[in-house]
Amino acid sequence: MNFDFSDDQKSLQDETHRFLRDRCDLSVARIVLDDQQQAYSESVWQEMVELGWAGIAIPEQYGGIGLGYLELCVMAEEMGRFLAPVPFSSTLYLFCEALLNGASETLKQEILPQVATGKLVGTMAFAEGFGFPGRDRIGVRFEGGKLYGDKWPVADAMIADAAVVLAVNEDNEPCLCLLDLDQEAVHRRQLESVDPSRGQGGLEFFGAEAESLTAFEGGSDNSGWQLFQRVLNSAAVLFAFEQIGGADACLAAATEFARERYAFGRPVGSFQAIKHKLADVYVGNQLARSNAYYGAWALATGAEELPLAASVARVSAIQAYEYAASENIQVHGGMGFTWEADCHLYLRRSRSLALLIGSSGLWKKQVTRELERKFV
Amino acid sequence: MDFDDTPEEAEFRLEVRSWLAEQASAYSLKSFDDLSFERQLSLGREFQARKAERGYAKITWTQELGGMGGTPMQAVIYEQEEEKYNFPTVFFAISLGMPIPVMRRFATEAQQQRYLKPALRGEEVWCQLFSEPSAGSDLGGIRLKAVRDGDDWVLNGQKIWTSYAHISDFGIIVTRTDPAVAKHKGMTFFFVDMKSPGIEVRQIKQAAGGGEFCEVFFSDVRVPDGNRLGEINAGWSVAIATLMEERFAVTDAAGGGAQLEDTMHFLRRELGEGDGGLDDPCVREKIADWYIAESGINNFYARLLTGLSQGQLPGPEAALSKIVIARKLQAQSADIMDFCGPAGAIYPDFQVSRANDYRIAWLEAAGYRIAGGTDEILKNTIAERVLGLPGDIRVDKDIPFEELK
Ligand SMILES: Cc1cc2nc3c(=O)[nH]c(=O)nc-3n(C[C@H](O)[C@H](O)[C@H](O)COP(=O)(O)OP(=O)(O)OC[C@H]3O[C@@H](n4cnc5c(N)ncnc54)[C@H](O)[C@@H]3O)c2cc1C
Repeated sequence: MNFDFSDDQKSLQDETHRFLRDRCDLSVARIVLDDQQQAYSESVWQEMVELGWAGIAIPEQYGGIGLGYLELCVMAEEMGRFLAPVPFSSTLYLFCEALLNGASETLKQEILPQVATGKLVGTMAFAEGFGFPGRDRIGVRFEGGKLYGDKWPVADAMIADAAVVLAVNEDNEPCLCLLDLDQEAVHRRQLESVDPSRGQGGLEFFGAEAESLTAFEGGSDNSGWQLFQRVLNSAAVLFAFEQIGGADACLAAATEFARERYAFGRPVGSFQAIKHKLADVYVGNQLARSNAYYGAWALATGAEELPLAASVARVSAIQAYEYAASENIQVHGGMGFTWEADCHLYLRRSRSLALLIGSSGLWKKQVTRELERKFV
Repeated sequence: MDFDDTPEEAEFRLEVRSWLAEQASAYSLKSFDDLSFERQLSLGREFQARKAERGYAKITWTQELGGMGGTPMQAVIYEQEEEKYNFPTVFFAISLGMPIPVMRRFATEAQQQRYLKPALRGEEVWCQLFSEPSAGSDLGGIRLKAVRDGDDWVLNGQKIWTSYAHISDFGIIVTRTDPAVAKHKGMTFFFVDMKSPGIEVRQIKQAAGGGEFCEVFFSDVRVPDGNRLGEINAGWSVAIATLMEERFAVTDAAGGGAQLEDTMHFLRRELGEGDGGLDDPCVREKIADWYIAESGINNFYARLLTGLSQGQLPGPEAALSKIVIARKLQAQSADIMDFCGPAGAIYPDFQVSRANDYRIAWLEAAGYRIAGGTDEILKNTIAERVLGLPGDIRVDKDIPFEELK
């Protein structure tokens, strides 16, 4: 049994932790939160690019560092812990995942080196207003090499240079298309969200030039849809690590506060209502962490169970993070409900991560569907 | 990252597997319900003797002591494999789980020679006489009195909830020897022969219908001073050592309830496509919830075992598994009953097995949440020993025991 990260992976995690602690503590997320005009921390992102992080999981032949998913997982945990306001997830978990799994060799050679060198920030656009896109609920059309329609919300829409877009083609089949966002036929608009430390926006296409990614698995009818599902599953695992990083930070903050804050002549952490609450948070975090490891294992080994492991990891992480973030405020009392205290930053992030690639109900459906396939 | 055994572990697993497969036809029954209790116990003893012969009864002990000189990881591997069957091992779980390791630690050489091996072979069963009517979670509140008389101690009082006392040959017991000092400072630990004159065991019918725990009355029971474990009035530290012995066990994440796979087949078969069946969205959401908890526990174990495989023993965080498993068992069993509609309340004729039945599990789970440390006590453990939060305020700490309520 070796169900843990390797020493090298752990030291990469430490390195990430130290960098973020020194260069990207919560004050950075707060600057982005407070300033409507800032969609991300450009300077921190630049430093990350210089460290090679934008290309950490891009294979060497495309100019990246060529580390694997497990390395990405440990870094994601730290990004989550420090609420790093950078387009790491949009570019790496969504955009690059789509290209690596779906693009032609030529496209990979053209685009990925630009990502690795930080010239290109990417994202993926799939949502179209209320609801989550199902196979037969995609409004954006890809016709004659051009995209038409409206996508919102899209993470990092205001700063991304390129996007992978979920659309339907002339045969009414879902497909993923790659497009350059700096063209006139693309209109961007900023959207206000519950989590302003991670910018979101809308992308409207008026015949924007795009190209379809090569079909996944030899071009079967639903290849575009499969590719999209594959990207979501990878992202579910990677986001789960961001979530457990955030949940861990909430528990640490609440525990520390509970030891130091006195009421009725004793630390509030000596009251059982608080102790048991924090024990519950701990239990939730441990289950989520264990399930996230399962997702990481499935992702890294290319296991058939990925759709099951990813959905389990995601739901578990959503539950743990949202519980940890809301109870962190509760433990902090009135102070926890101020703009000044950091508690709400985690609460906001826990909610936005719970929504971004589909909420827990949607992913629970996937859990049961996969179990049915396995057992029934 | 992988779930694989090391080559040595894999070899051991194969060895265990083939041995268990050989035993299965004689000892692993689909159901023991048709057998009398005596027959179940004697089958259990036979299987236990075979286990002991191989050193599997206490894998981490040396061969001299009756074990096989194995690692904690090998012990877990054995449990994982044994759990795939239904062997009658329940009678010895407490006996070998706590009393016998305590004897190993605190009894004299000669006593160890006399008592350890017969217990490993299942010839003798031991029970744990800790809880009393007025002391459970607060073990320090026990009252059963032991008074010195020559070379003996004379015991008077009552123990309760003692699992399997009615089939036990010996028991370990905590007694009050000095009521004039603070509660934790006046207790002494012994082992007793359950056939001693003055001991009366009465089975208590449990809420779920079984009678596996008992009340045990002591009237002028004489126990030789030689049966004392640890120093006079130092019983608390022996008791703590006993509770710490509660070895890390990889229990089934389903908590002995219905396996998810079987439940899904059952719902498909019995409820079809209507309400409560596998297509009902409410059912589907519950299935996801159960699996997420179950998978969380199994993967949590995988993380602990990774440490164990590298020689690190799990710490107090391991307490979380019982909290999760017992609550989940209770909720999941009730959910399945819900899906069945009014018929969910009706017991079937148990042609197959009571053991995994959700109606039985639903009731048993209530006891599981209490036995071996309640949910609340386990949460205290996590809060204090894992998170480092302050201990509860102890109003009884420095007050002589006899002055307490
Ligand atoms: C199936 C079963 C088998 C058992 N087998 C044995 C056995 O073999 N040998 C043996 O000695 N005992 C045995 N027990 C007894 C078991 O250890 C006790 O029942 C358990 O420790 C709880 O003690 P209690 O029943 O006195 O409840 P109490 O301690 O009186 O608890 C009552 C309630 O108060 C809560 N409570 C108590 N203290 C605290 C606290 N500090 N903080 C928060 N909440 C608290 C409890 O969680 C519980 O909800 C068994 C019990 C069961 C159910």
